[in-house]
Amino acid sequence: MGYKTIIEDGIDVLVAGAGLGGTGAAFEARYWGKDKKIVIAEKANIDRSGAVAQGLYAINCYMGTRFGENNPEDHVRYARIDLMGMVREDLAFDMARHVDSAVHQFEEWGLPIMRNTKTGAYLREGRWQIMIHGESYKPIVAEAAKRSADKVFNRVCLTHLLMDEAKENRVAGAVGFNVRTGNYHVFKSKTVVCGAGGASNIFKPRSVGEGAGRVWYAPWSSGSAYGLMIEAGAKMTQMENRIVLARFKDGYGPVGAYFLHLKTYTQNAYGEEYESKWFPELQERVGIEYLDPEASHTTHRPIPTCLRNHAIISEVNAGRGPIHMVTMEAFQDPHLEEIGWHNFLGMTVGQAVLWAATDVDPKHENPELTTSEPYVMGSHATGCGAWCSGPEDVSPEEYFWGYNRMTTIEGLFGAGDAVGGTPHAFSSGSFTEGRLAAKAACKYIDDGKAEGIRVTDAQINRRKEQIYKPLETYKVYSNEVVAGSVNPNFHNPRQGLDRLQKLMDEYCGGFGVSYMTNDKLLNIGLKKMSILGEDLEKIAASDIHELLRAWELKHRFLTSEAVFHHTLFRKETRWPGYYYRGDAMKLDDENWHVLTVSRRDPQTGEYTMEKAPLYHLVGDIEDKDLARLKAQGHH
Amino acid sequence: MPTFVYMTRCDGCGHCVDICPSDIMHIDKTLRRAYNIEPNMCWECYSCVKACPMNAIDVRGYADFAPLGHSVRVNRDEEKGTIAWRIKFRNGKKDMDLLAPITTKPWGTGYPNLSEAAAPSKEVRDSELLFNEPKYVRMDEGGLHTLESNGLQIKEGVYY
Repeated sequence: MGYKTIIEDGIDVLVAGAGLGGTGAAFEARYWGKDKKIVIAEKANIDRSGAVAQGLYAINCYMGTRFGENNPEDHVRYARIDLMGMVREDLAFDMARHVDSAVHQFEEWGLPIMRNTKTGAYLREGRWQIMIHGESYKPIVAEAAKRSADKVFNRVCLTHLLMDEAKENRVAGAVGFNVRTGNYHVFKSKTVVCGAGGASNIFKPRSVGEGAGRVWYAPWSSGSAYGLMIEAGAKMTQMENRIVLARFKDGYGPVGAYFLHLKTYTQNAYGEEYESKWFPELQERVGIEYLDPEASHTTHRPIPTCLRNHAIISEVNAGRGPIHMVTMEAFQDPHLEEIGWHNFLGMTVGQAVLWAATDVDPKHENPELTTSEPYVMGSHATGCGAWCSGPEDVSPEEYFWGYNRMTTIEGLFGAGDAVGGTPHAFSSGSFTEGRLAAKAACKYIDDGKAEGIRVTDAQINRRKEQIYKPLETYKVYSNEVVAGSVNPNFHNPRQGLDRLQKLMDEYCGGFGVSYMTNDKLLNIGLKKMSILGEDLEKIAASDIHELLRAWELKHRFLTSEAVFHHTLFRKETRWPGYYYRGDAMKLDDENWHVLTVSRRDPQTGEYTMEKAPLYHLVGDIEDKDLARLKAQGHH
Repeated sequence: MPTFVYMTRCDGCGHCVDICPSDIMHIDKTLRRAYNIEPNMCWECYSCVKACPMNAIDVRGYADFAPLGHSVRVNRDEEKGTIAWRIKFRNGKKDMDLLAPITTKPWGTGYPNLSEAAAPSKEVRDSELLFNEPKYVRMDEGGLHTLESNGLQIKEGVYY
């Protein structure tokens, strides 16, 4: 093949993927490991990579304890109710108590954070969100990571984790290839912090053809966090908890600042308020403890994101779509109008492009909203990811095995989308998780737990052969036919992706079936997935760029398979509006007030599923508020 | 497209190739100019547009839902610490100039030198604190939150 093998040996902390999670890890690792060798391997360019590549107009997770605004436990309650009870509260509390220090550092590094001129506090978009001029958020944060790392390998796509051959179930680094030179890269490392991304593009997107890249979450987020960890045999949790977003139609522009700061609201095609009329029936299905609009109004207890989606989906299915965002009132204020546009330009330029192209001026016309295709991720309003250890002073026994954010594989740590059960971390929380993971990784090494790592040439060579196989397949079979993209012996990565997306959409609850599935559909889907898995062994890449797409597809496939197994296992509809199990439409707290955990056997590919206990670490003040309301005769 | 490159402006410098998060800006081997090799994996993130020193890259909205005839141009200036946008609507009725800051200090300043920071003590290592904490949590001398300090206790797990 002619590609060089480049071995980077003696690494202490390998940061796999340098979005907000990975940059946090690289930055912090230098403080706790002054003499340690810290190396970053990033698929793109660290200056503009990950979900924050094009910027953010808000930091969505900030407590504001310095301004007396919130305490960490308040955030745990918020995340818990938003996810219908399913949160790893130890991890959420831990992230929340550290997150402000990350944000304060961002400000020191030059990130422009808006301030409330009256109070001096950061300008809030909502209780948890602060507003920033964040076009350069990623380059600013990346600079901190670059200053900490010994080496940054840009354009190296990691495909597999290396496993220690001296000790079972211990990580020993990672391998991948340079997407420009094609060279094979081997990173032998004592620990790995997996900061890779969640998965866009595993469900068929609403956009088609040229527009297929217009998805809500970055198209380069290829589920590598999950692909890498699942393949190595890490336990995963909450992979059924995929997210569907309500966003401006087609452009997927953010709605947070519109709702919270600009005070816009939604209505159906006939100008009616529609949300509340779907809630009584839904309340029957999920219970008043999860949906109490009156309590939401009087306390800070939110209506869960998925349930608001449910109202949109139901109203549209009832024939009263589209749903509109009422912007015409707020946009009469020139200041708010400017904020509305900046909000897009800072993080979703495509929405501004769309409105300019279609002459939709929100000052004079209320734009359409829609619900997106589902995504699998762990840091927005959803908590997919690895089953990780929590911090010593907070975690109950079942959640604690010594090192914060360590997965069930020794020496393998997670941050951002990689950590399961920690929704609502967003950018600042992901960075914080990276910091926590890096400190723990350094401690793991200092405790002598990473001694005697052994990686043989046999393992390195086996992975090399596997990684370049799609190029070989192409070389062997491409000349059998004249030309074109149709070959009886292989699929190219795009064809494989189209097949995966169609399968996920139709059998696993995509937008095409109004997010509905059942045990029959899931079982048929799994059978088809297994055949797709066989065909992915024959995927062909005509060049290095296609080889990148081939491995992204394989990571997406592993992620999707986990989503199937988890969705089948949880026999209830826990998150109406994210997905529905048609055969188990009711939320079933008696049997399913638990976290789901899976493990894929690296040798056989077989899945085992289990339930894990759900601990509530913080009391529910909302219960007290509810009791008070009832005493006052509101119920 | 969504991004495309004006043939006469591009000098093939490769800044866009260097920065594209989706690995889709490449240099055409014959023409020695950049182009988008995979429009359906483009996020319209504008990273390449902002990076192009020749202003040779632009974006045309996705063909499946965006009509022709609009423009959203950008000029990102690290020295001035600003980003300037100009949005022109298709019907010509709206033409907006917007300006925002991208940083509050000169690029590359304001970062701590961690390798020169005092080595953390064993006590700090064994604690739950991160770099610059507890001060940086509250910007005062207050401590880090614990379950105990916040009057919390673990409630029982649920396991069916």
